[in-house]
Amino acid sequence: MANEPKGIWKVIGASSVGTLIEWYDFYIFGSLATIISAKFFPPGNPTASFLATLATFAAGFIVRPFGALVFGRLGDIIGRKHTFLLTLVIMGVSTFLIGCIPAYEDFKWAPAVVLVLRLLQGLALGGEYGGAATYVAEHAPEHKRGFYTSWIQTTATLGLFVSLIVIIATQKLLSPEDFNDWGWRLPFLLSILLVIVSIVIRMKMKESPLFASLKKEGKTSVNPLKESFGHKLNLKMVLLALFGATMGQGVVWYTGQFYAQTFMLRTCNIEATQANTWIGIGLLLATPFFVFFGWLSDKIGRKWIMMAGMLLAVICYRPIFDGMYQMSDVNRKEIASEKQIQFTKSANPRIAGDSLLTLKRETIYTDGSVLLNTNEISKKDVEENMRSTVVPAPRQPKITNVLKLDESFQWKFVGLIFILVLFVTMVYGPIAAFLVELFPTRIRYTSMSLPYHIGNGVFGGLVPFIGILSVELTKTAENPAGNYLAGLLYPMGVAAVCFIIGAIYLSNKKPGHE
Amino acid sequence: MNSLKKYLGIVWMLLGPGAIAFLVWQASQKLSTPKATTDEWVQWGIIIFIFTPVAIGMVIFGWYAWQKEYDHMEED
Repeated sequence: MANEPKGIWKVIGASSVGTLIEWYDFYIFGSLATIISAKFFPPGNPTASFLATLATFAAGFIVRPFGALVFGRLGDIIGRKHTFLLTLVIMGVSTFLIGCIPAYEDFKWAPAVVLVLRLLQGLALGGEYGGAATYVAEHAPEHKRGFYTSWIQTTATLGLFVSLIVIIATQKLLSPEDFNDWGWRLPFLLSILLVIVSIVIRMKMKESPLFASLKKEGKTSVNPLKESFGHKLNLKMVLLALFGATMGQGVVWYTGQFYAQTFMLRTCNIEATQANTWIGIGLLLATPFFVFFGWLSDKIGRKWIMMAGMLLAVICYRPIFDGMYQMSDVNRKEIASEKQIQFTKSANPRIAGDSLLTLKRETIYTDGSVLLNTNEISKKDVEENMRSTVVPAPRQPKITNVLKLDESFQWKFVGLIFILVLFVTMVYGPIAAFLVELFPTRIRYTSMSLPYHIGNGVFGGLVPFIGILSVELTKTAENPAGNYLAGLLYPMGVAAVCFIIGAIYLSNKKPGHE
Repeated sequence: MNSLKKYLGIVWMLLGPGAIAFLVWQASQKLSTPKATTDEWVQWGIIIFIFTPVAIGMVIFGWYAWQKEYDHMEED
């Protein structure tokens, strides 16, 4: 393309590939959480369970913002290039080592080691994004910052996509037994190869020109943390970035990409492979819009694109999620046939000498959807129910419903997921350029990383947890299923407050108006 | 617009402590039942721990708005 700065695509490529790999590393732990839990955090062990909760919660909520401070400070003192090389090494090595740890039954320290490695992953992620975004933005001409940095913005979605592809491919290549036994380690081990390639590419890159000239003039910050958060002039912009932009962006992002998945799996009971495939297609179709909205923000300003994304999310979330629920609600479907397909008795892995009784029933609906209902109860619980005179019986079977929707629903679901991710692209596409432009070069890495990771890690990361909790709170004796849309109250509320703050307090700065 | 920015500052100053009070109330509801597990204590502990400085940030943001710090932005 004409008038492009020399080497800009090399800069974008090197930064984006590394950031994509970091997201990939972070997501595979989440995507393989069930198997990791079984291998390293066995049920019935309270210490392991405690460490599992810490690994899940602390990595995203505490360590990510902490990583933003640690590496942000480093990036403003020693430079962007070496700092985001360091985060890449920490992330890659941690991920690789998770894949090498023996299971709990062979190594009793496994839960603690996994926790430490997971926390290191969170720390590295906290430092990576700000570095990559700053590095690209400082190479880009001012009037094209939105367009160039938007490539970094695609990495979070593509990282999720690649992690799903690698996991699904590994599952397809191996038998379920082999995957459960050792195959789950492959996506973790693969990371080291990707990281080595990315390190080699990044090593060849030069320091950001703006930071290099600042360093040459001896004008770099001595204490970026104090300058970023100790001075009112900058602190007020950090707070504005958090409450007027990243807080809403974070919840819109997590609702579109992660809560939608939780909702499809847990509330709609859609079969995991089907749900993940449809989400993958939706993500892939919507990903180019990160670049489109980044480019558009160079033309019309960042503010109103992000605000429109938040407002549309607040307005459309209920009908979109309700649409998903209605399509998968078996009470609205007509039964074509119903049959008991299996009754099995197996050893109870949790209680020695006990056995598990499993009854599987299949219901086929006239629209082609199939519901597999599994009732599981231990023999000891059945005996206790028989001894008891209480009604209903004290020990209820564990019921699991898995719905395989007819393929005719595919494009309706993909369409709804596409719209959700489109809102994500509106709020997320321009945000790197927006944050970079809010802060001066000497403290940019520190100042932009903290609001970004609080907005995404804390406000966004809590969306699935608060969503499930909100539905639980609406459950009553009259309505045992609760309000299935209650989980949307939190993201809608946060996005609405952020929209008000952003619309009133932010200015719609256009490039070239500095 | 500047008056709106200033008076909304009061709302933001109240929203910070209000959100924390709501979280603490929710946590006490969930954790006061005998069924509450160590996991739930950890989850709620982390959530309140991490949201407290964020709520303080919201109060400071409201205070700055009240002080008209956002009336004339450098980026305008």
